[in-house]
Amino acid sequence: MTDRLDIDKVIANRGTRIIVCCGSGGVGKTTTAAAIAVRAAEAGRSVVVLTIDPALRLAQSMGLTKLDNTPRVVTGVDTSAGGELHAMMLDMKRTFDEVVLAHTTPDRAATILENPFYQSLSSSFSGTQEYMAMEKLGQLRAEGRWDLIVVDTPPSRSALDFLDAPQRLGSFLDGRFIRLLMGSARTGGRAYLKVLGAGFGAVTGLLTKILGGQMLKDVQTFVAALDTMFGGFRERADTTYRLLQAPGTAFVVVAAPERDALREASYFVERLGEEGMPLAGLVLNRVHSGGAQSLSAERALAGAETLDELGDHPLAAGLLRLHAERARIHTREQQLRRRFTAAHPRVPVVDVPALAGDVHDLAGLREIGTSFAG
Amino acid sequence: MASDESDWEGVRLHVVTGKGGTGKTTVAAALALALSGQGRRTLLIEVEARQGIAQLFDVPPLPYEERKVAAGPGGGDVFALAVDAEAALLEYLDMFYKLGRAGRGLRRIGAIDFATTIAPGMRDVLLTGKLYEAVRRKRNGRPVYDAVVLDAPPSGRITRFLGVNQEVAGLAKVGPVRGQADSIMGLLTSPQTAVHLVTLLEEMPVQETCDAIEQLTEAGLPVGGIVINAVRAPLLKHADLTAAAKGRLDPAVVRGGLQAAGVAVKDSVVEALIDEARDHAVRVALEKSGRRTLKSLDRPTYELPLLAEGVDLGGLYALAERLCQQGAA
Repeated sequence: MTDRLDIDKVIANRGTRIIVCCGSGGVGKTTTAAAIAVRAAEAGRSVVVLTIDPALRLAQSMGLTKLDNTPRVVTGVDTSAGGELHAMMLDMKRTFDEVVLAHTTPDRAATILENPFYQSLSSSFSGTQEYMAMEKLGQLRAEGRWDLIVVDTPPSRSALDFLDAPQRLGSFLDGRFIRLLMGSARTGGRAYLKVLGAGFGAVTGLLTKILGGQMLKDVQTFVAALDTMFGGFRERADTTYRLLQAPGTAFVVVAAPERDALREASYFVERLGEEGMPLAGLVLNRVHSGGAQSLSAERALAGAETLDELGDHPLAAGLLRLHAERARIHTREQQLRRRFTAAHPRVPVVDVPALAGDVHDLAGLREIGTSFAG
Repeated sequence: MASDESDWEGVRLHVVTGKGGTGKTTVAAALALALSGQGRRTLLIEVEARQGIAQLFDVPPLPYEERKVAAGPGGGDVFALAVDAEAALLEYLDMFYKLGRAGRGLRRIGAIDFATTIAPGMRDVLLTGKLYEAVRRKRNGRPVYDAVVLDAPPSGRITRFLGVNQEVAGLAKVGPVRGQADSIMGLLTSPQTAVHLVTLLEEMPVQETCDAIEQLTEAGLPVGGIVINAVRAPLLKHADLTAAAKGRLDPAVVRGGLQAAGVAVKDSVVEALIDEARDHAVRVALEKSGRRTLKSLDRPTYELPLLAEGVDLGGLYALAERLCQQGAA
């Protein structure tokens, strides 16, 4: 039988240093991360929560009014147990700039920051968020200021992107393509032509043809300028990846009781297993309770129809229909939940009941937190 | 279906976006069905490697190949395609550059991998490129597809996704990449395109809809309609709702009604039903304010009912019919 996920136990374990909340878009990841962070801080942990793209009012509930990449104290959190809470929003451009500035000479940094390819890459293209979220996580961990970091993951097209980003970067930096680009930036490609054979001449020729000479030159300048930092990039990507595998990390997969969200959660659970990443369990958000349990949807509907025929008691008829709808939703959600737990019997699950409204204050986050109680 | 009174006459590319979890794949599929009446052919495209379309239409996972997935309600066809960035790149290179040995070389040294997974933005360039190709493709002088429906990335990413070619045009001042980027932006900003937003009557999705419309408008991308998904029918009278919200429903009245309905009357059931009514009243109030906000956006708005048992193929046809009735197709 599936165990219940006990978030309080995860929080109380001082060995837990990082909690990563992941799942597909729209399942309440950010809210879950915030609720865990508040609960952990009030239980006495020194916590920082890194949010990626929070809804405005949720951000405001934690006192985040601007995206400035700096952890801010969240006021209103009960610190009587000795804990504290900081929160920050990720600014990917600034994080990228900081990496550049920290790992190369001022001259080189200036060349990179001015490069048009870099500017696009760091601010407007999607995909950079994943790298920078990992980078920031590594930074926060290295800083050692907090004993628990709670991370929300970027709203990726797939929840797996977050996990893949560091490795992808690592394998790319080891790849021949980057050496080709750098090589051809230095020598116009001729050196590689000699060493690696004629195929590469065709490749650079093709790249020039597709990208145009000017764009290829921008890319090459950029890559050449980044050259000195690449070792650092790879090293840190590897470190962060190992950090995620360490026992001090707990992955919390977040889903809603919907087919797509649970399918994504299944993929994620399987991937975490393959990668040896420590999974705490599944938080199932917005679960509808069945209401009047003893009354089935069918009997409620039949009752409503009887009342329609009588042409009387519209209130009771409405209530019965309302109940039938709710009971059906409950049944469908439970079926989906059972399907998940049958496939992943060892993954602990905790349900968070659906609230009528959205959460946008600490009280709301606390209320969610109470459903985590063991 | 596909009535003559469609609000989107002349639109060939329907981009369907929305906050995650609002059901945009379902709405995109229903719209594709709705658009494929009267012998029309529609192509439904997904770009996020989720195989959501295959699941919805209950067919095996889609390869990188256009396949018929359903018959339109009035004798048309819905084709579907799951665009894979790598395959799209190889296809593109082959088409424009007669890729032979160099293509294999590109793959061997990791350039294809770089372009499709690492180089941020390239993926979106390839996906929008394929979209453009599908809309423009002709056979015997007429378009292969009467309409193309895109199950697009979520609204938080949509402006960046559709605008990626603008970014490329900024980087590539000349050359074929620039030319291609300009053509794609030309289509995406033209009246042939409409970006529809799917939302629920909940606070965050409504807010995201407002934000997305603002961003799309700013980027010069044509905003289409708003589809309010999973709408529940009003089941209580106004006065009852007000009473329910205040916890003032009379248990005796409920009890009497249950008795007349032939339902076993238990205190716990009466209590639970009144509780359910209160939850419902809170939600209805939130829905009302959501509707007000959406109305202020002044876009054509369509409503789709909640299918309490989940969406299957039959449900999709029902949703498609609703879209037609309301003029979305």
